[in-house]
Amino acid sequence: MTATAVPQSAPAAARSWRPPTIVDTLRAEWTKFRTVRSSFWSLLVATVLVVGLGALISLAASHHYSQRSLSDQLGWDPTAVSLAGLTIGQLALAVLGILFVTSEYSTGMIRISLAAVPHRSRLLGAKLAVFTLVALVAGEILGFVSFLLGQAIIHGHAPSASFHQPQILRAVIGSGLYVALLAVIAVGIGTILRNAAAAIATVVALLFVLPGVAQALPSSWRNPVTEYWPTQAGSQILQIHRDAHTLAPWAGFGVMAIFAAVVLAAAFALINRRDA
Amino acid sequence: MLTKRYGPTVAVDGLSFSVKPGSVTGFLGPNGAGKSTTMRMILGLDRPSSGEVTVNGRAYRDLPAPLREVGALLEAKALHGGRKAYFHLLCLAQSNRIPARRVDEVLALVGLENVGRRRAGGFSLGMAQRLGIAAALLGDPGVLLFDEPVNGLDPEGIVWVRTLMRSLAAEGRTVLVSSHLMSEMALTADHLVVIGKGRLIADTGVDEFIRANSEQSVLVRSPQAPDLAARLQSAGATVVGVEPGLIRVSGMESPAIGELAARDGIVLHELTPQRASLEEAFMELTRDSVEYHAAGAVAQ
Repeated sequence: MTATAVPQSAPAAARSWRPPTIVDTLRAEWTKFRTVRSSFWSLLVATVLVVGLGALISLAASHHYSQRSLSDQLGWDPTAVSLAGLTIGQLALAVLGILFVTSEYSTGMIRISLAAVPHRSRLLGAKLAVFTLVALVAGEILGFVSFLLGQAIIHGHAPSASFHQPQILRAVIGSGLYVALLAVIAVGIGTILRNAAAAIATVVALLFVLPGVAQALPSSWRNPVTEYWPTQAGSQILQIHRDAHTLAPWAGFGVMAIFAAVVLAAAFALINRRDA
Repeated sequence: MLTKRYGPTVAVDGLSFSVKPGSVTGFLGPNGAGKSTTMRMILGLDRPSSGEVTVNGRAYRDLPAPLREVGALLEAKALHGGRKAYFHLLCLAQSNRIPARRVDEVLALVGLENVGRRRAGGFSLGMAQRLGIAAALLGDPGVLLFDEPVNGLDPEGIVWVRTLMRSLAAEGRTVLVSSHLMSEMALTADHLVVIGKGRLIADTGVDEFIRANSEQSVLVRSPQAPDLAARLQSAGATVVGVEPGLIRVSGMESPAIGELAARDGIVLHELTPQRASLEEAFMELTRDSVEYHAAGAVAQ
């Protein structure tokens, strides 16, 4: 077999350099992340949505507390109320994760990136690690801020929550964990679809559309769907009050983690197989 | 033999060649001949359907620090336009453990030191080409691949790229430059690899190529053109009428034509030897039946 070869050339420049490692790839991906404006804006939008909506929902819900029915009052979950901004705000973070990958494809940058890091799993792994860490940190900060602000708003109008109570810390820390897992899914779907519009539509369907459609199903179908739907199951980590037909917090989180692992496996398989 | 199929389409078909250090090799072919596909396969971006590509004896993806060994410019505008030029280069440098000061060096080298803090999306095509070349030079590599590097450059930029490629080769580096412009390659390259429809047509020195492929003809203007044409034809030349009073003669050199005319008392107003331009030679070579033309040109 013959080969198209570009043989050794450079005048035997002694190798004065050390080969790069995964740390260098991580550093490069972090530089990529922080040097585009979409990162800043998406994080700002996520903050406004999570904290702002959380505060608004806390305000509205607690002021109507006394007019609620007894069964509603029994199901009152001030932690979940204060974290409710995540339901919408998570989308801004998911979109950011999608764009972090798909912008490489839409701009053609991916060819430059892969020429620099031809080990594709390493490139995707670094991208994934950087963005998951960003999402985790952002999710924790947003979770704690929303919780503290929400409880301050609720306090005096309805029973509020504090970290002294059992499970509360788990739910607030869980907001970061949930967002981090969503970040993994977003990066994975972005890698699989390589197109921002398609990936965002998929994530919107995953988060909002399909769970909404499930509500129209007869209860014998609806209950298992809402119980095991990955993002629904994962969001149990944010709940203190457990509704019927929902998984326990960590079990639900586990279901979402399994889903994320499947998405990731597909993403790694595809990026290694496809032409760039 | 390198082959790349996309579904039923064969983009690269049994291609085999090697590129040597210390010279500029022109990688030439009409649009759609498979040049970019081949370059992508060299860089490990596209996987060959069969065959293999090695750089410095290794598959590209086995290079520990690829930017230190191979610098490539593909499409200049294929980068994130929202990122400032400096950071575009910085993330590439970091990925290959190249010190950050090298970023400033290559920016200065390509004349972009004053716009490094501007977003690459606002760059003209010429500036983007320079940025792409800066990226290729980041790791001071021994092998350089440029895909259509003069696209969008102004005349000054074209001369600059030409000079740069020549000096890179003079330093002993391997330089492979693709182009669909033969005239550009004639000025830059020492060696040519010509492909058409994904197949190798020629792998030869530039001078050899010109000699082998540029047919000579002579433009003759005469008030007695038809008479002269008949006499030239009977002497074995091929004559084509260009316009009344002007004929193109091939198969006979201008001295012989002039002597024939003098002998027969024919008045000549013009006798101009024509050398088919390299561009014409190239078009002739790649026109249609690739296999047919290949027979005469391939040097192995």
